Amino acid sequence: MQKKLAGRTGIIVATLVIFTYFIFFGSGLPKKGSVKQLLTNSIHLGLDLKGGTHLVLQVHVAEAVAAQTDSDVARLQADLAKAGVTGAQVAKLDPTKVDIINVANVTAADTAKARGVLNGTSYSSTYDVASVPNGYTLTMKQQSRKEMESTVLQTSIETIRQRVDSLGVAEPVIQQYGLGDNQILIELPGISNADEVHNAIQSTARLEIHEVVGGPAATEAEALQTLGGSLPPDDMVVKGASSVTAAGNSDMFYVLKRVAIVSGTDFRGAQPVRDPNTGQSQTSFNLTSGAGERFYEFTSANVGKGIAVVLENRVRSVASIKSAIHDSGVIEGLSEDEAKNLSLMLRTGSLPASISYLDTLTVGPSLGAASITHGVYAAVAGMLAVMFFMLLYYRGAGINADLALVLNLVILLGFMGLTGSTLTLPGIAGVILTIGMGVDSNVLIFERIREELHLGRAPSAAVQNGFAHAWITIIDTHVTTIVSAAILFLFGTGPVRGFAVTLTFGLLANIFTAVFVSRTIFDAILNRKQRGEALSI
Amino acid sequence: MELFRDINIDWLGKKWYLLAFSLVFSVAGIFSMLFWHKIPYGVDFKGGTQVHVSFDRTPSEDRIRSAFDAAGIKDAKIQAVRGDQAARPEVLISLPEKSDATGFDARAAVLSALQANYHDGGFKVESSQTIGPTAGEQLRHQALFATLYSLLGMLVYLWFRFELIYGVAAVVAVFHDTLITIGAFSLTNQEITLTVVAAILTLVGYSMNDTIVVFDRIRENLATARRETLSTVVNRSINQTLSRTILTSGLTFLTVLSLYLFGGEVLHGFSFALVVGILIGTYSSIAVAAPMLVAYQDWRIAKGKAASLPGGKRA
Repeated sequence: MQKKLAGRTGIIVATLVIFTYFIFFGSGLPKKGSVKQLLTNSIHLGLDLKGGTHLVLQVHVAEAVAAQTDSDVARLQADLAKAGVTGAQVAKLDPTKVDIINVANVTAADTAKARGVLNGTSYSSTYDVASVPNGYTLTMKQQSRKEMESTVLQTSIETIRQRVDSLGVAEPVIQQYGLGDNQILIELPGISNADEVHNAIQSTARLEIHEVVGGPAATEAEALQTLGGSLPPDDMVVKGASSVTAAGNSDMFYVLKRVAIVSGTDFRGAQPVRDPNTGQSQTSFNLTSGAGERFYEFTSANVGKGIAVVLENRVRSVASIKSAIHDSGVIEGLSEDEAKNLSLMLRTGSLPASISYLDTLTVGPSLGAASITHGVYAAVAGMLAVMFFMLLYYRGAGINADLALVLNLVILLGFMGLTGSTLTLPGIAGVILTIGMGVDSNVLIFERIREELHLGRAPSAAVQNGFAHAWITIIDTHVTTIVSAAILFLFGTGPVRGFAVTLTFGLLANIFTAVFVSRTIFDAILNRKQRGEALSI
Repeated sequence: MELFRDINIDWLGKKWYLLAFSLVFSVAGIFSMLFWHKIPYGVDFKGGTQVHVSFDRTPSEDRIRSAFDAAGIKDAKIQAVRGDQAARPEVLISLPEKSDATGFDARAAVLSALQANYHDGGFKVESSQTIGPTAGEQLRHQALFATLYSLLGMLVYLWFRFELIYGVAAVVAVFHDTLITIGAFSLTNQEITLTVVAAILTLVGYSMNDTIVVFDRIRENLATARRETLSTVVNRSINQTLSRTILTSGLTFLTVLSLYLFGGEVLHGFSFALVVGILIGTYSSIAVAAPMLVAYQDWRIAKGKAASLPGGKRA
């Protein structure tokens, strides 16, 4: 008995030492620094405590799918012509269904040739081809679409990461977000000036260069008039942004070819420069070699025609092709800031699809600091009240419970330091709740021991029975609370997850402290007592 | 010290009073949810913008409102809040939901309206939050499903540990707690935010605890008592565990109360939910869950089935 007790005391002391180490140094080696520094190093504070910005973005992946099918439409039209299928019309008839391409006007004589093109791997691997009278319907395969959407999402995350890094934010979180489809979570600690973030991320929109077919015109209808009233399926009408200088007017409409000549990922480098003659801000860009080739081919064949720089589905600038351009060029008509932003954007690659904000939250540093103070006050007040009550109500055994409670807290914080968990304001509440729930187990045990004593059992037997009976109840109650904490963790976000984590750790630690530690203390006390001496409970 | 000893209260004899008590609160809550304040969703659930601004000097609400009117911002809700920083009075400005696209615009609009038209002294944006309607709706779904899954999880666990009827009784009791807690938010017109839902989910787990303590004892007593009626056993079990139930809840209540008093504005809703929930949860494990077991047995007898309530698997 004596020996067993010594072993158990050893385990408890070791736990205490190890977890105290975790609180201050996490899982790393000992470092020097003030207590406060060490604490904030090992236990990460959530955004709500240290201030920062939390964003949830929606990536409009359908746009990227639409861009893909648009370019496939053009490719298919060309391929069919090459194969000698005359008069076939390839188009997307239903603008709401971005993944369906229709082929019409295939004469019976050309069916075999058309089939030959469509059965080529470049189409049949991505599309399900169905025959309809005089034509075909190509529907993008679910699998292909899924893969594409996930690529788009990953590319978007990478692009945003590069941009955020260029802001110099320490420890940003940028990741896929589980709440809905194709969402991105961004957390920027320490950044509470939302405008800075706003500029850097919102300007990460889609950038493309399109051929101009018609316009500028004051209204959409007028723009269409220049093409004879109706919109050809491979064209689109795009509104000019407020600073389009070529037109001199903000709300002009342009008719552009739907398929971009070059787009986001084709840009290799970009610099803000000034026009040596006029002093106007510009952005000069370089294209990747493949895109440069395409651009050269296009511009040499289309000297004199217009090209439009389209940013986030708005025409930003329009220029006419003066001569063949190989792999570099200049975008004119920008303000100084715009030139700088656009260069940054082109350097880091633009997003494959546009984004919108679903959720933005910024917390200033002073509010966070105030929250910490409040949380600590509440925790200390709650803990003192509970400890005082336990002493008052259970006397000697109260000391036992209070010791277990302190150890519970040490293990909880040590756990957090070890795993690098994030402490949020609700997380602090979780710590406080753990204090309250932690003594619950002690109360269950003590009440049971008292009951056993009333039945006339000897102290050691009462303790024995008390623990044995209460144990089952303690497991049941902990499991139910941990189940609800786990569901919170699965469903919750940021601060709420922090709460679920502290609550779960706290309860797990509690099973150890309330049962093992308390029991050891009781045994140690009983060991010293004479036979028949009463237990202080 | 010992507060409860040899208590002998006939809980089941008072079941009609208890039922009436539960009904009054549930029905009042439901009425408020349906006809009065509805369910007062916070900005995270209904979408919109909330900007938390602190001022150098106590601002007049009218001045702020006229600053917004001048900037063309309508339907702004302006609400003074219990300040977190003693020296700086704080105001919460809420704008209703717009489209998913607004993002930072709403925050900027509030800021520029104040900058341009508010001249009573300096101010600072402490925090701001904008939730698009899509995200709000997703969160509402999530919160609902999280609560339901959590209840389902409890039901399955108790079914496994005891018997189905114990699980059902416990889940009904916890549902009753959740309903009354949400009702309390509706009645007092306090906003239900994400952290409040976290608190409610915690309650689902916590108020289950007291119920399990009573159930464990009922099971234990059923195993030894053969001649007593079920209501006697249940009464005795409640009374035997009463001191435990009151003490554990009381102690947790102490910590939650300190959270409510000292935890600051941000945790106000969270701790309010816990304060109400713990009181109701303790009450319901005595007054709802245990009597349901008896009611179930009476119903079985009335239907002419075997009268004995299964004691559950022996632990």
